[in-house]
Amino acid sequence: MSLVELEINGKKISQDVEERQLLVHFIRDDLNLTGTHVGCDTSQCGACVIHIDGKAVKSCSMLAVQANDTKITTIEGLADGENLHPVQEAFRENHGLQCGFCTPGMIMAAVDIINRISNLNEKTVREELEGNLCRCTGYQNIVKSILAASEKM
Amino acid sequence: MYQFNYKKVETIEEAVNELSANPESKILAGGMTLIPTMKQRLASPEQLIDIRNIKELNFIKEESNNIVIGSTTNHYTVASSDLIKNKLSSLSRLAEGIGDPHVRNMGTIGGAISNNDPTADYPAACLGLGATIRTNKREISADDFFISLFETALEEDEIVVSISFPIISDSFYMKFPNPASRYAMAGVFISKNTSEVRVAVTGASENGVFRWTEMESSLLNDWSKSSVEDVKLSPEGIMSDIHGNSEYRANLANIMAIRAFEGINE
Repeated sequence: MSLVELEINGKKISQDVEERQLLVHFIRDDLNLTGTHVGCDTSQCGACVIHIDGKAVKSCSMLAVQANDTKITTIEGLADGENLHPVQEAFRENHGLQCGFCTPGMIMAAVDIINRISNLNEKTVREELEGNLCRCTGYQNIVKSILAASEKM
Repeated sequence: MYQFNYKKVETIEEAVNELSANPESKILAGGMTLIPTMKQRLASPEQLIDIRNIKELNFIKEESNNIVIGSTTNHYTVASSDLIKNKLSSLSRLAEGIGDPHVRNMGTIGGAISNNDPTADYPAACLGLGATIRTNKREISADDFFISLFETALEEDEIVVSISFPIISDSFYMKFPNPASRYAMAGVFISKNTSEVRVAVTGASENGVFRWTEMESSLLNDWSKSSVEDVKLSPEGIMSDIHGNSEYRANLANIMAIRAFEGINE
C-alpha cells in the first residue's frame, strides 16, 4: 500500500491505496464520486475524463498513486452549489446529451477545451473531441453546447 | 493488473539505481502505453519507477541549431511550444496529432521513443530529422537507436534524458491515422537540408520505423513531386492486420510521402 494525499473538488484526502488501483476506481469506489464513468476501460472513450492540476486526463489510464500531491476536479466539483457551471448549463439548454453516460467526460473535456482555446469554431471543437465518444447524439448538440458555453465563459 | 511496487524518484541517479537494483522494473513516464498494457496483463513489471517528478527531464530549449526536449515533456507541451512552432513546425504538428488531448496531456516524448511502438509518431521524427538521443550514459544517433519492434538500443540501466532535433525547416510529417486509435496506419516524415534528404516511415513495417532509402536517393537526385511518385514501397515486410493488408499500407505510405513532400513545398 502507498499513501496518497491529494485535493479533490476542494476537499483534502489522505488515504492508503493499493499500488495497482486505477485512479478512476479510487475516485468511484473509495471516494464514492460516481459521476466519473468507466466506459471502455481501454483509454478510448473519455467517459472517465477528470482534471488534474487543471489538465484533462483519462483517469482509467492512471494509477491512483500517480495522483499523489495533485489537485483534482471531477464533474461533481464543477457546479457552484445550486448554480450549474456554464458548460453544464449549456448542455442542458442545447440538449447536449441523450443517455448521459458520456456526459461527465464530455463536460470535463469541454471545460478544458474552452480554457485552452479562444475563438472556438465547430471544426476545432470536433477535432478536440477526438478522445470522447458518444453513441447517442451524433455529436451535433454536444458541439452546439460547447460553442454556446464558450460564448459565455 | 498484477501487483507491483511503486517508487517515485526525484533524480536521474535515483532512477538508474532503482533500475540497476531491480532489472524487472519498468520506467513509468506518462504511462499512456504502459498502464493500458499492464491492465491487459501483457506486461507485469515487479516495480514501476515513476520519473515524472524529475524536474531536470522536463524542458524544451534551443541549443546550437537544435531543439532539445527533455524526455518527460508531454505531447501537449511540445505541440503548444512557441519555440518549436517557430523553429520546427513539423514537430509541433506531429505532436498535435498524437492520440487525443487527454493522452497528449500525459504521454511523453521519452516514453514514446523508448517504447518504439511500430505505429508511433515520434520515432519517425527522430529518424526523419536525424535526431540524437541523450541517455544517462551516452549519445545515440536515431539511426542506431531504433532496433526493431518495441526494441531500442537502450541498455537495462539506461534511460532517455533528452532528444535533440536539428532545426530543419524544410521538413514535414504526414500520417494516415487509424480512425479509432489515431496511431499511424502509415506515416512519412521527410526533411531536406543542404546535403541530405531523410525519409522515415512509421506505422507500416513489421520491423518498426525505418528509413526509406530508395525515396531518399530519388529526392536527393531530383527534389520534385515526380521523384516521389516514381518510387513505390514494396508490400514485402509491411504489416498486415484487420485494419489493412500490406498492399494497402504500402500504398498509404506512397500517398503520405506525396502529401509530406507537398507539405514542405507549400
